[in-house]
Amino acid sequence: MSLSLDDVKRVANLARIEVSEQEANTALAQLSGIFSLIQQMQAVDTSTIQPMSHAQDVMQRLRPDVVTEIDQRELFQSVAPQVEAGLYLVPKVIE
Amino acid sequence: MLNSSLKQLSALLAARKISSAELTSEFLERSRALNLDYNAFITINEEASLAQARAADMMIASGRAQPLTGIPIAQKDIFCTRGWLTTCGSRMLSNFISPYDAGVVERFNVAGAVNIGKTNMDEFAMGSSNETSFYGPVKNPWDITAVPGGSSGGSACAVAARMAPAATGTDTGGSIRQPAALCGISGLKPTYGLVSRYGMIAFASSLDQGGPMAKSAEDLALMLNVMAGFDERDSTSLQREPEDYTRNLEKPLEGLRIGLPKEYFVKEISDDVARTVEAAIAEYRKLGAKTVEVSLPNTKLSVPVYYVLAPAEASSNLSRFDGVRYGYRAPEYADLNDMYRKSRAQGFGAEVKRRILIGTYVLSHGYYDAYYIQAQKLRRLMALDFAEAFKQCDIIMGPASPTVAFNLGEKSSDPVQMYLSDAYTIAVNLAGLPAMSIPAGFGKNNRPVGLQIIGNYFAEAQILNVAHQYQLATDWHLRAPGPL
Repeated sequence: MSLSLDDVKRVANLARIEVSEQEANTALAQLSGIFSLIQQMQAVDTSTIQPMSHAQDVMQRLRPDVVTEIDQRELFQSVAPQVEAGLYLVPKVIE
Repeated sequence: MLNSSLKQLSALLAARKISSAELTSEFLERSRALNLDYNAFITINEEASLAQARAADMMIASGRAQPLTGIPIAQKDIFCTRGWLTTCGSRMLSNFISPYDAGVVERFNVAGAVNIGKTNMDEFAMGSSNETSFYGPVKNPWDITAVPGGSSGGSACAVAARMAPAATGTDTGGSIRQPAALCGISGLKPTYGLVSRYGMIAFASSLDQGGPMAKSAEDLALMLNVMAGFDERDSTSLQREPEDYTRNLEKPLEGLRIGLPKEYFVKEISDDVARTVEAAIAEYRKLGAKTVEVSLPNTKLSVPVYYVLAPAEASSNLSRFDGVRYGYRAPEYADLNDMYRKSRAQGFGAEVKRRILIGTYVLSHGYYDAYYIQAQKLRRLMALDFAEAFKQCDIIMGPASPTVAFNLGEKSSDPVQMYLSDAYTIAVNLAGLPAMSIPAGFGKNNRPVGLQIIGNYFAEAQILNVAHQYQLATDWHLRAPGPL
């Protein structure tokens, strides 16, 4: 499998990272090197193996559906780039 | 005092030979001075540290002291610390004063330990040399032209240079063990799930694990006694009975079966590291241990598997950095989408962006099965390899890194070469096992070599015992760079 410049730009857009033409070219060269390393995985037949997503085979814990958080809006919004009247401000999305 | 163990410092504090405020001041002064050369700390805050030290002195005076009360501990800048700048080594969080404490930080606070500063690290823990930090590289105190390793390079440097008696680190693919090895200190990555990930800024959640870094195994055990424990705010935290990790330290090693994976002693390992590790193993035979050859046949696939799974999880975890609720926002943008794209392009460094792109690609439509699922299947094979090996041995030993510390700039332009330097540490994270690195001597250019000790699940007390017995018989862990 070989990666194209369009792949890099498509993925960068999915990841919401702006890349210049030059950055995309550099990324293409480096990612191609990394993917040829990753390609070694395909040599192993894993058709009978179950995927492992987690180190311990434990069930996700459940808890009662009750409120555990206290209201700390002011504290949490003190680190936000832009807030007004308790709301996070972003550029207008609806015309 | 700079070379004292945690137990010795604790005894001095208990006997009122020194106050925590005095002890903290001494380490702060040394950290301030050495940091100009080493860049081990991103934030030093004398006022906050000394306030904690005075509170610790009151705890001691009122007879409420615990083993680490009053002892200065450096915190990796990945652990959210209330009221402290918490950057994760990134421009993205270069303005983030954490509004809350990580679970690990809370536990040190309850124990009365003193936070002596936030240590430098590879950006979002992605790196093996500390060169990806937005705050500049950390230097190896044994040789300032060498890297300290990464990602917990600031913590490793701080302990090695005796700027702090101990520090915290995190290990996703070797980020505690590799810098510990390269800086000549001891570091432990616990079994996955033992130490809370709450407030530990996420990189690859199924692999990330916090752990202690210190001069000796005995110090690590005391640190782990504070750090380990159930936290309901971490969905993968394990509910277990508390353990005293110092309980087995004094056990003799007679009859211990050490497994030596044949895949670890191959041409990829440099001669100086191989020689030093073999000498350490010979010392273990003198201590009564037996060695047995074992096989971990899928070892060479650990790097490719890791560089699918970790970036995949990272691309998901780091999607939260969007310039809306916290962190960096680009100064100029056209619309909302442009704000995301520019904030993330400017806020993240090159290595982090590279891994987000890899992760986004392997999770994207049409590639998921070929990459992500295939990597998860190989992950199981690697865990099964360890299970098989542990039928023939009690613990596994090998190098922590294929070479001693490399030079600054030597690998920073070639990601594949950099990734291959993690070859001995990654499989342990994929399996979720506990492992440590301890100083075992010196290799080329008089740079430290680390011996890796891998245990079965929850065998922390055992590997600490194995390390401690070696440290009773040798003095590598007491060697420090420069005068004390």
